[in-house]
Amino acid sequence: MTETLEHTAFDVQAIRQHFPVLNRVVKGKPLVYFDNAATTQKPQVVIDALADYYKNYNANIHRGIHSLAEEATAAYEATRDTVQQFINAQHREEIIFTRGVTESINLVAYTWARTNLKSGDEIIISGMEHHSNIVPWQLIGEMTGAILKVIPVNDNGELIMEEFYQLLSEKVKLVSVVHASNSLGTINPVKEIIDAAHKVGAVVMIDGAQSTVHLDIDVQELDCDFFAISSHKVYGPTGIGVLYGKRALLEAMPPFMGGGEMIKDVSFEKTTWNDLPYKFEAGTPNIADTVALKAALDFVSSIGKATIRQHEDALLKYATEQLQSIEGIRLIGTAKQKVSVASYVVEGVHPQDLGILLDNQGVAVRTGHHCTQPLMNRFGIPGTTRASFAMYNTKEEIDVMIAGLHKAIKLLR
Amino acid sequence: MKSIAEIEEEIVDDFSLFDTWDEKYEYIIDMGKKLKPLEDEHKKEENKIKGCQSTVWMVSELKDGKVFYRAESDAVIVKGLVSMLIRVLSGHAPKEIIDAKLEFIDKIGMKQHLAQTRSNGLLSMVKQMKLDATVYQAKQE
Repeated sequence: MTETLEHTAFDVQAIRQHFPVLNRVVKGKPLVYFDNAATTQKPQVVIDALADYYKNYNANIHRGIHSLAEEATAAYEATRDTVQQFINAQHREEIIFTRGVTESINLVAYTWARTNLKSGDEIIISGMEHHSNIVPWQLIGEMTGAILKVIPVNDNGELIMEEFYQLLSEKVKLVSVVHASNSLGTINPVKEIIDAAHKVGAVVMIDGAQSTVHLDIDVQELDCDFFAISSHKVYGPTGIGVLYGKRALLEAMPPFMGGGEMIKDVSFEKTTWNDLPYKFEAGTPNIADTVALKAALDFVSSIGKATIRQHEDALLKYATEQLQSIEGIRLIGTAKQKVSVASYVVEGVHPQDLGILLDNQGVAVRTGHHCTQPLMNRFGIPGTTRASFAMYNTKEEIDVMIAGLHKAIKLLR
Repeated sequence: MKSIAEIEEEIVDDFSLFDTWDEKYEYIIDMGKKLKPLEDEHKKEENKIKGCQSTVWMVSELKDGKVFYRAESDAVIVKGLVSMLIRVLSGHAPKEIIDAKLEFIDKIGMKQHLAQTRSNGLLSMVKQMKLDATVYQAKQE
């Protein structure tokens, strides 16, 4: 195992130097940050980009004629170009800035779904969705009479694809599934899902909250209709996200929110909408965080996702082996294809107790249902302890968690 | 009968013996393990305290003008925390419970469990205990 890590050209200690927060001491111990699926830490370049914006060219964008406004507009729009390249979108106006994945999904729900769905239509989601990819569709279902159908999950935490094909029919108008599960790490076969859904004429939305940081995303190759991204899970700032949508669909959709920026002409009799992408970006946007998102994506690209993935996969493999050596531990999520998420339960031990005692060792993990209560019910558990790994994590940190687990379990049992 | 403030002081004294967080948690876990289990009949929806990552059930009764609490949780540390709250508040008059400052929580370094209401729910427990006391107080008047 050690060999695999050493043989990569990847220098994790050099990477760690970019992340100031990793120098933190928690409860007298060096921080071990394993809550990356919740949010990743920020490299210095992102922090600098934020400060630089406010220090040097803070201005409201698009309408200003002065130099600062032009600089701010250029930086804001440069991020759009970077995102376009990052996910290989065909057109830059297919990139809509939102507050995050939750808003991206709600945007599609309240515009596309609300105007296109009618009573008796069906929406397919999966049994491993985050609440943010369940609740908006339930709300739209109540408004339109559309019915929610769920692809079940097997004991390994994989979608049962036979059941998905059973659910597919002409009635299905929308399929919205998560690319990689936040609770289990499972990578879903989204390409297969998208192709099959298109055959029955359904539109497909992919929740890329967890996948974008780990996997290469090519929306043209995937051929998905919508794809949602969260900045803060890709080493970027909080409060900013992306909705990718195919241009023809976005053009046909009504606006989500009304206000400044999203209009062409306003009179009390009639208002006309601005062109894409501005039609969906009402009001002054989150300029600073959008500008800094570019720094995060450039940082990831400069290291290379394939290199990062190799490191994270090695960490996941090592963590999985080490966890399995602990008596009474049960891994939740043993899919063949996984991103670097290790979720587990320990017999006779409540996840919350484990979380508190691991924090006491400086180890930050997430405990609970991870906003996927239906999935936890599927496994008959109230929640799990989840360790999720990022580019800056090390094998030694996993050793600290394992030692902490042994200590905690001994105390708690 | 000791006052609430006196019992709080006792707990603070107990904790002053500990040098490390490990020792503090060992003590709390030990108290959690020793907490008398609640009968299954009490473990029902209306006795659950909301806002906890773990489940806490709590019941109270008024006897001779004093409030007595009993509780249980599926998580041991929470059980330990609730057992301390019971030790401090149980057996006192409603008015005393309502007025209790519960500064010991901060003094023993467990304030983070008050702040993180979503995951730990200590605050919800305190609120529920005080709410019960308020109801008994109102009934007495």
